[in-house]
Amino acid sequence: MTTLTHSGSRKIEKPMEPEAAAKAAGRSKARRRTMSIWIGRVALAVIVIGGWQWFTTEGWVDKFFFGQPSEIWSSLVKLFTEGTAFGTIWENLWITAQEAFLGFILGTLVGVVLGILLGSNKYLSAVVGPYIRIVNSIPRIVLGSIFIVAFGLGVFPKILLAAVLVFFVVFFNAFQGVREVDQNLVANVRVLGASPIQVAMHVTIPSAMTWIIASLHTAFGFAIIGALVAEVLGAQQGIGLIISQAQGTFDPNTVFACMVIIAVVTLAAEYLIGALEHKLLKWRPPNRSEAQAI
Amino acid sequence: MNSNHPHRAPRAADKTEEGARIEIAGLTKRYLTPKGETFTAIQDVTVNVEAGQFCSIVGPTGCGKSTTLAQVSGLERPSAGSVSVGGSLVEGITNGVSYMFQADALFPWKSVLSNVMMGPILLGMPKREATDLARDWLRRVGLAGFEDRYPHQLSGGMRKRVAMAAALINNPRILLMDEPFGALDVQTKAIMQNELLKLWEELRPSVLFITHDLDEAVALSDKVVIMTTSPGSVKDVFDIDLPRPRGNVQEIRHEERFLELQGHIWESLKDEVTRAYARTAGAA
Repeated sequence: MTTLTHSGSRKIEKPMEPEAAAKAAGRSKARRRTMSIWIGRVALAVIVIGGWQWFTTEGWVDKFFFGQPSEIWSSLVKLFTEGTAFGTIWENLWITAQEAFLGFILGTLVGVVLGILLGSNKYLSAVVGPYIRIVNSIPRIVLGSIFIVAFGLGVFPKILLAAVLVFFVVFFNAFQGVREVDQNLVANVRVLGASPIQVAMHVTIPSAMTWIIASLHTAFGFAIIGALVAEVLGAQQGIGLIISQAQGTFDPNTVFACMVIIAVVTLAAEYLIGALEHKLLKWRPPNRSEAQAI
Repeated sequence: MNSNHPHRAPRAADKTEEGARIEIAGLTKRYLTPKGETFTAIQDVTVNVEAGQFCSIVGPTGCGKSTTLAQVSGLERPSAGSVSVGGSLVEGITNGVSYMFQADALFPWKSVLSNVMMGPILLGMPKREATDLARDWLRRVGLAGFEDRYPHQLSGGMRKRVAMAAALINNPRILLMDEPFGALDVQTKAIMQNELLKLWEELRPSVLFITHDLDEAVALSDKVVIMTTSPGSVKDVFDIDLPRPRGNVQEIRHEERFLELQGHIWESLKDEVTRAYARTAGAA
């Protein structure tokens, strides 16, 4: 006990020294940690891409089938400088992004509305529930063929397929989100005299929002997949068409180049969704799990 | 209060007369389980709470205390019997009622101020007026300066204060409290009980207060109702004649009359608690 009080009083005499040293040590430790993470990341990329390049150059892996990083790069450059057989890469990218984006919006809107409706109405959900599960279990990607037969080679069938894929992801999350609403909150506002619409506005929708927004990350990925697959199945323009064309001419490098382009688009969209999430859910306690950083 | 908010004057007047009297007569509530069986939660409960009276309901776990409150608020409809508030039968949501739960029913996505404002806003009060009133109430519960925080940024006791302000801001004629302080630590609980008594003495709504804590029931109430194990029914009713204002609930616990009443009521409650325990132990 005495030593404790003694050291405590000495700390008051010279307050800055040990604390400042501890702070500096903590900072440098954090800096070292960040540095080592970045070194690891760069090393991993060098090993994977460099290894790929090396293996294909040496001929251990056939670059005719698996492409080669340097040639993927020159394909990328070619796509952006010379364009494609179906117009410039920007035109094609614009078409695909448009399809994915519109499909995403459509699927999200329908998913949210139906999810909230079925989530808050027990009878309706009991009646429609089994059918939704049946539709969910069929391979929806095949619907793309039907849409293209029905609506032609234009943009619309692509939007539709993207929307169908997005719908189920968003729908199930919205539905579950409504189911998880704190019943005490609902009882509370009902006692305060809220109408059913006010209950939805003040409790159900904001509460389900956490679930819905979490689903948007996955949903955008599905929108891109829907648009691309529908383009591969039949289109006049779009990244999917470039991919299927490259497949036809045994050109894996262009396929990989298109994958890179799409990955950049998806990452950008992901960033925007993250920003939206941050804005809408700023009331949430900070998430302490490390998974957030990944 | 009335001069500030003229449109609420009628209800305040109501409260002083018989408008806040709660009559629960022969109340029975049965639930249908998903398998199609019926489960009787409460049976033939009869309780009267006079206007402005503080009435506690004590009973073992799962004896239908919360069910009773749900019938009074109008959130659920009785299977048999009736609930009247102020002489009129409860058929929909009873107006002029506020609820307080054990879990603080605050909107996590709304700031403290917006949480407290909900009551007046739902009654159609203009936003500016509601904001002023909510600020005033936050000051009354000692949370001035916390208006812009979110609930997760507050301590348990502070959240309770917000919930209390949100429950009382509409000047309810009836306040239903379902183990409101059950989740708090002992010190915070005592502080909140004092706070509640102070505000209750200013507004004098009729209170139905559910608790497991016999000390709490005796210290706060005018009347303590003991319920039996399920199906719940009224076993005993005790009038608490400790003088008001009660002052500090922690000090009143040591008074002779308090101990006498507490011991008396415990005699009645003890059997029910033992029976409820035996039942759950047997089931497990």
